[in-house]
Amino acid sequence: MYIRTRAICAMLAVISTFTGTCNPALADHKPAASIPASALVQPAEFAATLAAPHAPRPLILQVGFRKAYEQAHILGSEYVGPASDEEGSAALRQRAARLSKDDAIVIYCGCCPWSRCPNIGAAYDTLQQLGFKNVKVIYIAEDFGTNWVDAGFPTAKGS
Amino acid sequence: MRGSRRPRAPDTVRRLRLPACTLALLLAGTVRAIGPGDAAPNFALEDFDGHALRLADFRGRLVLLNFWASWCGPCIEEMPHLSAWQRTYGSAGLQVIGVSMDDDAAPVKKFLARHGVDYPIVLGDAQLGERYGGILGLPQSFLIDRRGLVVARYKGETQLPRIEAAIKSQLRAPR
Repeated sequence: MYIRTRAICAMLAVISTFTGTCNPALADHKPAASIPASALVQPAEFAATLAAPHAPRPLILQVGFRKAYEQAHILGSEYVGPASDEEGSAALRQRAARLSKDDAIVIYCGCCPWSRCPNIGAAYDTLQQLGFKNVKVIYIAEDFGTNWVDAGFPTAKGS
Repeated sequence: MRGSRRPRAPDTVRRLRLPACTLALLLAGTVRAIGPGDAAPNFALEDFDGHALRLADFRGRLVLLNFWASWCGPCIEEMPHLSAWQRTYGSAGLQVIGVSMDDDAAPVKKFLARHGVDYPIVLGDAQLGERYGGILGLPQSFLIDRRGLVVARYKGETQLPRIEAAIKSQLRAPR
């Protein structure tokens, strides 16, 4: 029994080494796949919403990395920061504290291919835990450059 | 109208013309996508070993410029392969250079302390990203030939066999 326990512990240690002890954000991030399909919005669909003249405009939050935001972001979106790390998560909570639970919020990242994004699932999960009921997530399959900028949707740059 | 002279612009306009043109060119340059045949934008940065690194110093070598970040899973998966290519093809003329797009140096140092790589790493910034046509997703790599021209741009994961085939092909090409 003792030997079996030790073997399991050793195995877990090896797995942990390869999956992310190098970076806690990679080790325990909430996967993008955890976001329900009903919360997803396609880039083209969201861009069309933004273009509609009298449509109410949601709060748009970028929950990815600053260097990407500085190069290009959705016109009118705010930088919050990577939700997979403590600082970004705290910034998201701080921003959310000024909102009503019914406010329309749209979040996006696009730092990596969707299934590998460390931030988007964490951000959605945080907002759910805080009780926000109207949160949508832009489904960025490849990355922000490919699925938003190259598609010609409205973009701004700067911090 | 041949032979007639254009009216001379007021001094203020003439003084502003050159800076305005320069600014326009710079702005145009920042949004332009970089692709095969384009000159790879030069940069000078210090690597994490404290050595000055200028891309232009590698003229004459085949360069694989890899944009990555310590938070990017697929980037980290690529790195052992990039190290192996540096070891295997380095003597034939390949130089891998890593550009971290982490927001600051601390996580990169921590990462490199745990996972050494066999090629230099520098910390990039948004301006460098823009000069390379926008690094708006990772991983992303540029293969740059011995003359400093971009051979290919690789976006996203699962491109390793393609990249290695291109490296071999470039290294075999006559100089």
